[in-house]
Amino acid sequence: MQTDDPSAPPALELSGVTKSFGPVTALRSANLRVETGSIHALVGENGAGKSTLVKIVAGLYRRDGGALALDGAPVDFHSTAESKAAGIAVIYQEPTLFPDLSVTENIFMGRQPTGRFGRIDRRAMRQEAQAIFARLGVRLDPDRPTDGLSIADQQIIEIAKAISLDARVLVMDEPTAALSGIEVDRLFAVARGLRDEGRALVFISHRFDEVFDLCDTVTVMRDGAYVDTLPVAGTTVDELVRMMVGRDVAELFPKLPAEVGDDVLVVEGLTQPGVFHDVSFTVRAGEIVGLAGLVGAGRSEVARAVFGVDPYESGSVRVDGEPLPRGNPRASIARGLALVPEDRRRQGLVLDQTVARNVTLAIRERLARWGLVWDGLENAAARTWASRLEVKTAALDAETGTLSGGNQQKVVLGKWLASDPRVLIVDEPTRGIDVGTKAEVHRLLSRLAQQGVAILMISSELPEVLGMADRVLVMREGRLTGELDRADATPEAVMRAATTEEAVR
Amino acid sequence: MTAITTAPALLAGAGRLLRARETGIGIALVLVVVAATALNPAFVFSADGFRDLLLTPSILMVVAVGQAVVIVTRNVDLSVGSVVGLVAYLTGTLLRDVPGIPIVVVVLAGVGFGAALGLVNGALVAYARVPALVITLGTMYVYRGVNVAWTGSDRINASDLPSAFRALGTGKLLGIPILTLLAVVVLVAAAWYLRNLRSGRELYAIGSDPAAAQLYGLRVTRRVLAAFVACGALAGLAGVLFAARYGTVSSNAGFGWELQAIGAAVIGGVAISGGVGTVWGAALGAYLLLTINRALPIIGVDDFWQRAVVGVLIIGAIVLDRVLAVRQHRRLVGQREEQREEQRGEQREDQREGTP
Repeated sequence: MQTDDPSAPPALELSGVTKSFGPVTALRSANLRVETGSIHALVGENGAGKSTLVKIVAGLYRRDGGALALDGAPVDFHSTAESKAAGIAVIYQEPTLFPDLSVTENIFMGRQPTGRFGRIDRRAMRQEAQAIFARLGVRLDPDRPTDGLSIADQQIIEIAKAISLDARVLVMDEPTAALSGIEVDRLFAVARGLRDEGRALVFISHRFDEVFDLCDTVTVMRDGAYVDTLPVAGTTVDELVRMMVGRDVAELFPKLPAEVGDDVLVVEGLTQPGVFHDVSFTVRAGEIVGLAGLVGAGRSEVARAVFGVDPYESGSVRVDGEPLPRGNPRASIARGLALVPEDRRRQGLVLDQTVARNVTLAIRERLARWGLVWDGLENAAARTWASRLEVKTAALDAETGTLSGGNQQKVVLGKWLASDPRVLIVDEPTRGIDVGTKAEVHRLLSRLAQQGVAILMISSELPEVLGMADRVLVMREGRLTGELDRADATPEAVMRAATTEEAVR
Repeated sequence: MTAITTAPALLAGAGRLLRARETGIGIALVLVVVAATALNPAFVFSADGFRDLLLTPSILMVVAVGQAVVIVTRNVDLSVGSVVGLVAYLTGTLLRDVPGIPIVVVVLAGVGFGAALGLVNGALVAYARVPALVITLGTMYVYRGVNVAWTGSDRINASDLPSAFRALGTGKLLGIPILTLLAVVVLVAAAWYLRNLRSGRELYAIGSDPAAAQLYGLRVTRRVLAAFVACGALAGLAGVLFAARYGTVSSNAGFGWELQAIGAAVIGGVAISGGVGTVWGAALGAYLLLTINRALPIIGVDDFWQRAVVGVLIIGAIVLDRVLAVRQHRRLVGQREEQREEQRGEQREDQREGTP
């Protein structure tokens, strides 16, 4: 916080910004005032308009009304190139890099240093990249392609890009969603460094602990409108949540008691060299088993192997005592398994298709009469589930890609729930989902457990795991390193198993 | 940590060259030539043999370079064969019906016409946002149709063309065919452009991830359009060279060349999914493709099998690329993991020393 002078114009200011897409209003009246030398949190439920606001600042969308000013001067962006030239850098939730090109080229694409005849000065470019990495305190080979880099590394490249641009305003849209603890620490150190240089940062996150850890000011949005701006020091999580949802959320994770029955899913000695080793666990009817661990510990891979999407070399999977053939998702579905994948946009949904089509995707055969799927049956089934899950969509024939993240997740869940599963595997069920919807997803999972479904829940959010799971399994680097009962599962115990050598078993 | 000294830099350069995808194609080409020459020394060691070795692939090389520029942007141009034919006939007609027309004007007209046809492709692809495969499939038939309608049963004969123009196709400079020299100049210029200019690198970026290119603020539409214009212009140049080399031009000149050009690019390591590959590879691919065709009869492979061999070559190249890509991906992931382990160790040591 370098500028204490209240009269200095803010680095970035939006006032009364509006934006509609056809009949849908995304922003009714957005305000944001980001001072130089500060980290400003922007919080709100999904669909509150944060992403739209970011895209307006980035020059990707044009606002319909309201004012946008940089350092007090009104600006108007027609393209991302213009906003970039004005000193705004945006780091999106999923980094957007060119996988085939080198790290250095990714940083400088479109504005490489040039010499005679417009020839790119590769040496200068490389040196500048190295200088930036040195300053960020990371070691990344500037010549390697960005393919194969973790999301954390990719975000570092995005930040390097912003620094090379000498951006005055840096907007980070959920940069920590896919990062592990160490990586988050590194990112925060970099962000603080940039703040101390007098840049303005906007930080969007659903994780409150991060907001309180990193930011000095917070702006809350709800339903496309500005709610309030507060100093972080003067507020609490409860207050923020209340402002975001406009109501009191009594409990984030309403775990309902469920009767635990027989073993349903039994996994023994599952091994795929280089991915996971000797993984054994059991999930019983009515039980929610949490699978915790850092990103990259091999949790999703195990889930995918159990379901049959990925291969495994040795070990066995049994459902209700009967062995499940490996590498055969159709057989898994027939035996009552359901997988809600991590990357819902790519693996869980057909985005171009309607909501109704997506919801009924897993039960097409049951809906079919004489081999054909009739619209009437499809819509009836979809309507039941969409209403039960409170999917907010204008119509069942809307394209799924047009829904918000939370509602898309509900469609994926709806798809599998319609198939009456015996075993439900959910991978990061609430990633990128707002608080209100999160609670709904949790309540839903809880109710399923009560109906006797065996649930394996992979999650990187500790409160979610601790709040929901009857038992917690912890993975580290492809191995199960801990199994904790609900009573023993403290944040410390889980983190210890996820990060250290010795097993807690 | 990174004191750049000449010797390691040279070594690194040599290592990169050895590992480069193009080197493999170069070696394959040498093997084919050596095998054919061992069985029939005239394949290289005769005036005709040496000339054909250099000359035959030259025109396709020009087309393949243009095709590679388009494929790098994650597009494809199926109309190049038709453009070659149309421009070849235009060239012949100009030379026959306009006596005394300067050759430079004819070349420029051919290149310009090719560029215009490329502009039609590019505009439809870039502005209408229809996949290039479909658009250029359409223009392939349209251009060929126009060619057939215009040519009818007419054909240009070698005797219709001035000898100065014919010399372009048959002449030599320092023992090397002029056509080959021209093709190499085109190749070097294209390679330099793609490697060293911003707009050249942006073509790779666009092909690597079009959505990211848009977010970067790159002028995607303009670049893609330019790639198609360049491809059309090079196909046009190839049409002029075709007339000069063969002298005879009928309505099926350049028939099927689009697939040969795509095949050449793919064999040379230009990824059909964009963002990867060089025009060097595409040029070598063209060279290999046509040289194999000439070498197979000598090696004793029946004519009937030639196409199958070409097919196997293309599939082999794609499988090889896929294997290499998977291996490289694994290597890159592994490399990063190791590095991170190291760094983690160091971080533990100098924690709290303050970050910049």
